[in-house]
Amino acid sequence: MSLKVEHELHKRRFSRNVGVGLTLVFLIAVVFGLTVVKVTGGDFQAALQGVQQ
Amino acid sequence: MTDASLNGQTQSHEAEAGFGDYFALLKPRVMSLVVFTALVGLLAAPISVHPMIAFASILFIAVGAGASGALNMWWDADIDQIMRRTKGRPIPAGKVDADDALYIGLALSGLSVVMLALAANLLAGFMLAFTIFFYAVIYSMWLKRSTPQNIVIGGAAGAFPPVIGWVVATGSMSLEPWLMFALIFMWTPPHFWALALFMRSDYDDAGVPMLTVTHGRRVTRNNILGYTVVLAVLAVGTAFTSIGGPIYLTAAVILNALFLKGAWDIWRRDEVISDADNFAVEKRFFKLSLLYLFLHFGAILAEAVLAPYGLGGWS
Repeated sequence: MSLKVEHELHKRRFSRNVGVGLTLVFLIAVVFGLTVVKVTGGDFQAALQGVQQ
Repeated sequence: MTDASLNGQTQSHEAEAGFGDYFALLKPRVMSLVVFTALVGLLAAPISVHPMIAFASILFIAVGAGASGALNMWWDADIDQIMRRTKGRPIPAGKVDADDALYIGLALSGLSVVMLALAANLLAGFMLAFTIFFYAVIYSMWLKRSTPQNIVIGGAAGAFPPVIGWVVATGSMSLEPWLMFALIFMWTPPHFWALALFMRSDYDDAGVPMLTVTHGRRVTRNNILGYTVVLAVLAVGTAFTSIGGPIYLTAAVILNALFLKGAWDIWRRDEVISDADNFAVEKRFFKLSLLYLFLHFGAILAEAVLAPYGLGGWS
């Protein structure tokens, strides 16, 4: 018998942590996508060339 | 540490919520309707939006709707545990602490409004803030427990999403989004009153002054028919505006004929007849009302999507 018994509580807490983590990653991706579109007007390559020039 | 404190700690741990419990606070089914109607409002607008901005805007409108759902659950926790329909919600079921629901609701409200204003425009952000305020404060805190007109006026909160979607695209108002608003606004009373008829004593037990409780079930049946007639005129009339067209007109005529028939059947019945078949007609009308709204907005969407190919609209 394992000494470290995982309680149902730990599973719930783990699911919550994973859920919050994925939500935050998703939010960062959305904000990043929005920033790119707002800054470049949708044309990322043209904007990148403009910055290089 | 005493036995009592140990015991208390165990109980609080057992009440620890999972991610799904927090998500349930946001009323996902209501959110799906909000997402759909806001998307239709956005796509029916005459100005196109970059897909990323459209996606983010709809997302933040959905988050705002979810936030108002959490605030509603926080405020209504006492009556939710009395009503059969709502006693399985996260707070009355003991899965989420009421204070947590309040903090989540407030945090998501702020986040969604600020992000929508940044992603789309200030007017859209302001309208989302007003919608959350209307649902959480005007409807939940004030109207719901004080007047039988609660769901009539409160229905405005659910009717705003297509207007916000339109404002995301155009940055301004015009007649068309308000026609979509009116469609949901006039649809809400018959939809909820049909539910109140077959939920029987639920609202009564909880002390919510639904029309069935304050004015009786006969008056409720009369009102369902009255609102459905006005709704039918409005819904079919919308076909002849710039968001309508032959597809919408066909859908509206069929759906409103069915909806009127349902309302007429409800009006002709009394409690003895309804009891005999366990409110079969009322339940069927309620299910039809969900399809009714979905297909009307689906038809508006079809007109908007097909318009660039010369197939949608009247032109």
